Amino acid sequence: MKMKKFLIIPFIVLLIFGIEAKTSPEEDLTDFRNHFKELFPNTPFSDFANGVYSIDKSSREQWESIEDFPPYEINIENGEELFNEPFKNGNKYASCFENGGIGIRQNYPYFDENKNKIITLELAINNCRKKNNEKPLNYYKGGDMADISAYMAYTSRGNIINIEIPNNMEALDAYEAGKRLYFTKKGQLNFSCADCHVWKSGTKLRADITSPGIGHPTHFPVYRSVAGRLVTLHERYAGCLNRIRAKPYKGQSAEYRNLEYFMTFMSNGLEINGPGSRK
Amino acid sequence: MFYVPSSYSDVIDEGKKLTFERKKGNCLACHMIEDGELAGNNGPPLIAMKARFPNKQDLFNQIWDATEKNPNSFMPPFGKHGILTKKEINKIVEYLYTL
Ligand code: HEC
Ligand code: HEC
Repeated sequence: MKMKKFLIIPFIVLLIFGIEAKTSPEEDLTDFRNHFKELFPNTPFSDFANGVYSIDKSSREQWESIEDFPPYEINIENGEELFNEPFKNGNKYASCFENGGIGIRQNYPYFDENKNKIITLELAINNCRKKNNEKPLNYYKGGDMADISAYMAYTSRGNIINIEIPNNMEALDAYEAGKRLYFTKKGQLNFSCADCHVWKSGTKLRADITSPGIGHPTHFPVYRSVAGRLVTLHERYAGCLNRIRAKPYKGQSAEYRNLEYFMTFMSNGLEINGPGSRK
Repeated sequence: MFYVPSSYSDVIDEGKKLTFERKKGNCLACHMIEDGELAGNNGPPLIAMKARFPNKQDLFNQIWDATEKNPNSFMPPFGKHGILTKKEINKIVEYLYTL
């Protein structure tokens, strides 16, 4: 009991200073990392990229055997084909991205100083289509968007997330908005993301152990066996919001993009290992 | 103000159902309770309720709105947010008193 209290103190500090007074993103990152280091002293930092399996030995073995024959292999193949198929105008996705779109997942999301907004990889994929007069792809329910995103993550495996927040008021506002959403209680059940993935991370809700909030974006999109398909990060956000009986936002809404910006910044230093597989 | 039972054992049964049902209390999500399977562990086990809450109203209040006592409580404010009615919470309180 004493131990628990001790662990909670830095968070109350984070909560008070993190939300009320403004701390810099770098200070937040240090607090966030230290929290998880203290909460899970046996988890090496790099392992937080593995979500709940970084803290739950009992389910890890089964997961590792699934990853030996990954259920998302066909999605990566399909994503590669789609990625390389020319648009009607002859251009390809490669023309829209740095390094032809290969090995760049770790640079998303970023703050675009011209558009004054956060650009996620999936938004950039649709922006590329728009620029080339193609219809946008659906952000939810798997499909081509998730497959292309999975392929682009796959080509980036092993690259380290290094999100930089420019010293620009609007970039900082986007970060703050994402952080606020993460820490604000919501919905009929009155939970914040942080309630489950920060303070109570590692405890059981019925039979579900809640994963650490550090490292979530590294492995998306994720093949969920319960859905039998890929799920994008924003669809997963919607899933957690539905579960707490809060109204979910639209895929690629400002709310989710800002949230992804905050969460990915909090995952700096971890490797891209997407796509992943989960229950 | 407390529910006056027509049959005490019916009330206990209903209270237990409300406590266990996922769409109602779903208290097992977080608390270990006698007879409950796949219980969570982020709240304290619900045992010796009568001894720990000699005043029924305190128990009712904890379920009605746990944020009253602890603003950061992880426990949903069942009454305040309309997840459970007053009547339902009273039945749950009667059931908890048997634990
Ligand atoms: C009531 C508890 C609860 C709340 C509140 C909650 N989640 Fe979750 N979340 C879970 C559980 C349980 C899982 C599945 C197990 C796990 O953590 O991987 C999960 C899974 C996730 C995953 C997938 C992790 C992975 O590795 O595949 C992400 C991402 C996520 N949540 C983000 C969020 C965000 C963002 C919010 C707030 C908008 C939120 N969650 C709110 C309980 C919660
Ligand atoms: C999502 C988690 C969660 C759910 C669901 C939940 N509780 Fe709790 N409960 C807690 C936590 C955490 C505490 C610790 C005190 C606090 O933070 O409010 C608690 C405390 C309590 C206490 C006080 C125990 C003590 O010894 O002080 C009682 C009684 C209680 N809960 C009853 C219930 C009942 C009845 C239900 C269902 C109708 C329920 N809880 C549902 C998380 C939960």
